[in-house]
Amino acid sequence: MNPFSSGTRLRDMIRAIRACKTAAEERGVVRKECAAIRAAINENDNDYRHRNLAKLMFIHMLGYPTHFGQMECLKLIASSEFPEKRIGYLGLMLLLDERQEVLMLVTNSLKQDLNHSNQYIVGLALCALGNICSAEMARDLAPEVERLLQFRDPNTRKKAALCAIRIIRKVPDLAENFINPAAALLKEKHHGVLITGVQLCTDLCKASVDALEYFRKKCTEGLVKTLKDVANSPYAPEYDIAGITDPFLHIRLLKLLRVLGQGDADASDLMNDILAQVATKTESNKNAGNAILYECVETIMSIEDNGGLRVLAINILGRFLSNRDNNIRYVALNMLMKAITVDAQAVQRHRATILECVKDSDASIRKRALELVYLLINESNVKPLTKELIDYLEVSDQEFKGDLTAKICSLIAKFSPEKIWYIDQMLKVLSEAGNFVKDEVWHALIVVISNASDLHGYTVRALYRALQTSVEQESLVRVAVWCIGEYGDMLIKNVGMLDIEDPITVTESDAVDIIELAIKRHTSDLTTKAMSLIALLKLSSRFPPCSERIQDIIVQNRGNLVLELQQRSIEFNSIIQKHQNIRSALVERMPVLDEATFIGRRAGSMPPTVSTSSGASLNLPNGVAKPSAAPLVDLLDLSLDDAPAPSSSGGDFLQDLLGVDLSPASNQSGTNQASKAGTDVLLDLLSIETPPVQSSLSPPDVLSSIQDNKSPVASLEELALPSSLSGQATTPVGASPMMDLLDGFVSNPPKPENNGSVYPSVVAFESGALRITFDFSKPPGNPQTTSIQATFTNLSPNVYTDFIFQAAVPKFLQLHLDPASSNTLPATGNGSITQNLRVTNSQHGKKSLVMRIRIAYKINNKDVLEEGQISNFPRGL
Amino acid sequence: MIHFVILNNRQGKVRLTKWYSTYSQKERSKVIRELTGIILSRGPKLCNFVEWRGLKVVYKRYAGLYFSMCIDQDDNELETLDIIHHYVEMLDRYFLNVCELDLIYNFHKAYYILDELLLAGELQESSRRTIARLVAAQDSLVETAREQASLLGDLVKQAM
Repeated sequence: MNPFSSGTRLRDMIRAIRACKTAAEERGVVRKECAAIRAAINENDNDYRHRNLAKLMFIHMLGYPTHFGQMECLKLIASSEFPEKRIGYLGLMLLLDERQEVLMLVTNSLKQDLNHSNQYIVGLALCALGNICSAEMARDLAPEVERLLQFRDPNTRKKAALCAIRIIRKVPDLAENFINPAAALLKEKHHGVLITGVQLCTDLCKASVDALEYFRKKCTEGLVKTLKDVANSPYAPEYDIAGITDPFLHIRLLKLLRVLGQGDADASDLMNDILAQVATKTESNKNAGNAILYECVETIMSIEDNGGLRVLAINILGRFLSNRDNNIRYVALNMLMKAITVDAQAVQRHRATILECVKDSDASIRKRALELVYLLINESNVKPLTKELIDYLEVSDQEFKGDLTAKICSLIAKFSPEKIWYIDQMLKVLSEAGNFVKDEVWHALIVVISNASDLHGYTVRALYRALQTSVEQESLVRVAVWCIGEYGDMLIKNVGMLDIEDPITVTESDAVDIIELAIKRHTSDLTTKAMSLIALLKLSSRFPPCSERIQDIIVQNRGNLVLELQQRSIEFNSIIQKHQNIRSALVERMPVLDEATFIGRRAGSMPPTVSTSSGASLNLPNGVAKPSAAPLVDLLDLSLDDAPAPSSSGGDFLQDLLGVDLSPASNQSGTNQASKAGTDVLLDLLSIETPPVQSSLSPPDVLSSIQDNKSPVASLEELALPSSLSGQATTPVGASPMMDLLDGFVSNPPKPENNGSVYPSVVAFESGALRITFDFSKPPGNPQTTSIQATFTNLSPNVYTDFIFQAAVPKFLQLHLDPASSNTLPATGNGSITQNLRVTNSQHGKKSLVMRIRIAYKINNKDVLEEGQISNFPRGL
Repeated sequence: MIHFVILNNRQGKVRLTKWYSTYSQKERSKVIRELTGIILSRGPKLCNFVEWRGLKVVYKRYAGLYFSMCIDQDDNELETLDIIHHYVEMLDRYFLNVCELDLIYNFHKAYYILDELLLAGELQESSRRTIARLVAAQDSLVETAREQASLLGDLVKQAM
């Protein structure tokens, strides 16, 4: 005999494990035991197999892997002795789940055991089948179970009934086979069989409409009688719980009656009397009685209407709700949720109590109560209830604040009777729990504020006040910063005072102070800081006396480590310094944001970065300050990851302007329109930044009406063109950088370019300082390969030295760069550099070319780096 | 339906688990870890129900042991408390004043009792007497088999 396997007894092993002081020690003991058990398994040791399996089960319970013992279960089950089978089946249920293939091997043994002459062995097999059978096993063994439903021994019948439940849960098609035997079980006297039979019928009703009809017709009366008998039965010690005979049977009968009565007036009628009796006569001082009452109330609420019964039920719930026991209160709240669809008025009567439950110390009750309050609120009671909830927000637990805030915000948005109330409540929520407020919520708030033109002054002052105390609430800070940027003048001049307001004195520098604080506070995140920069830019024009100070703050951020902030400050600084003439137009107030569109957008399948005005205002200066359109694309891409991106309002504006449907198009199409309509429009349009409109959609009159020079627009449009619009690309390519456009000296007549190639040339890249054009040609007989001649033109008055052009392409492309014609680029277009590229497109015909480029050069020995992406290649390259 | 039963002590050590719905071994240990954490952290006066992943866990503490059953959203929580109590009474009757040690050393017995009480996640028997009788009958079957085996062993020894 193996010296290991004979080793320790189960009891000794458990003792050894319990004696371990450390986890490592325990692992040691378990490892040793497992090794011994494996050895015994390998030797096919019969004598101690059951003991080894028992040990494995214990080890399994401690969380160690025991898969190697799975086959042992099967061997034990296959043995002829009861003790072996008993432990084998236990191991099977414990160590395996229905998804393991090993389980299929046991089907045969199960079948034999289901037909065994020993009823206890049949019981073991039924138990295992009922607990872990898979769909396949269910199909294979359903006939055996069906037969066992009529077995002489009641304990086998009840097990078979529950087994049948598992089978029809796995394979609902099999339900029909069980309808008749299940109906027979309902006539039994044995409580175990009755309980399981009723349960089986309930499950059959869920699985099959036929079953439901059958039981409704044939069994309702009988079930009512059974319930009557058990409810009126004298004291039965065997089944008694707290003075009630078999509450489990009560509850299961009530549950089945509910299923039968639902949607059927006749069946409901039959059960009215007994339900009334159970509802009135059941003792409610013990848990068992309450469990029955609870089930009874649910049945009354679900079956067809009977006014008297419903009143009874609601009264029971009222009693439950005032109970001191938390469990009872919990189920009362749970039940009231269902009752609200039946009788909202009755539930409203308990509003005060429910509201108290929101403040309970028990998280489960709080959660239930909050859900319920949410359902209870309507237009008429929204004000007092919201006040209660907001008051509670101040004192609630941190972990509950998220749920609570979300619910309050949703209520305010849903039921607010007027704008001022909406704004007031939202400000309260933001001040209390601004950090828990989702982005959509404060975005929506800004939309509302923007629409409430008579409340702008009031709102900005209220926000200013709120910010004095709640500076830690991120979303409050954002909304406040946005509003101060937009309506800062109203803040200091006390414009639009309402009667309810106390006047406050805020100086211009106070307003700048508070924004400076938002930028400098180290806990502010990127979005807040970025929004603050824009607010400052706006204030620099609204508050001329503070302009210098604002510039200082902006300049301080030029060295910011975060690229986005650095870039913004550099751009804004140049606007303040160099473009005084257009600044005031640039920073004009945002146009009113369209609420309907915003809501529609939110409902629609927008990306998570929900658009808002603030998003727009964020991006806006980028578009303006950036000297060229092509890098703008990159920029906007950049801004996508932090700032909320597309602005619906802007989109709308554009829509109005163009009179076209909004369909995907590129932002630069906005630029085209902008140059026509003047800078302030440009501003708005740039702020749109996306919903890409096909530029070809823009009405021709817009383009033709451009006063001074058509070509820059065309060229800009050129830049904007997605590659799909190559038809447009044939237009003459001339470029005047946008900076020039803004500054009002448009120049650079277009240079018509037509090199006769099959493919039109494109301006691949253009910045204020540099333009790159691509000419294409195809070597005959090789459609995959394209030769590109890149021409670099210097648009600045400085000579570029050490000029290097680099390009990168995705994997499906191959790129070869020839040496450039020179590395010095003369100033102001007095010559150019050319360089030949050869691109091989392995996906020719499927994908178009795309390229990322980087240009490095030196101006007066200072390094300059420009980057961009080229995606406007003509099609078919 | 009852999806699973977990029995753990105040230190979070698991004493019994029974799964009526399909959970892989990995999920099982995750569920156990998560739930014992939640349940052990709840104060004594709070209600016995925890909403968890769209299901409800009904738990009750008996001395140092927590009995938890996970049920569907629309099942009767109060009844589940009674089922737990029913099981505890059965254990108490079987072990005569059950304590944690009984459940450790005779964990298989605790499973046998549970298997007579619940099957397929549903209640099987409401009579304590019937359950006790069934478990005793099967125990005695094991006992007889063991006696016979030792008798056989003796006979073999004598013959040798």
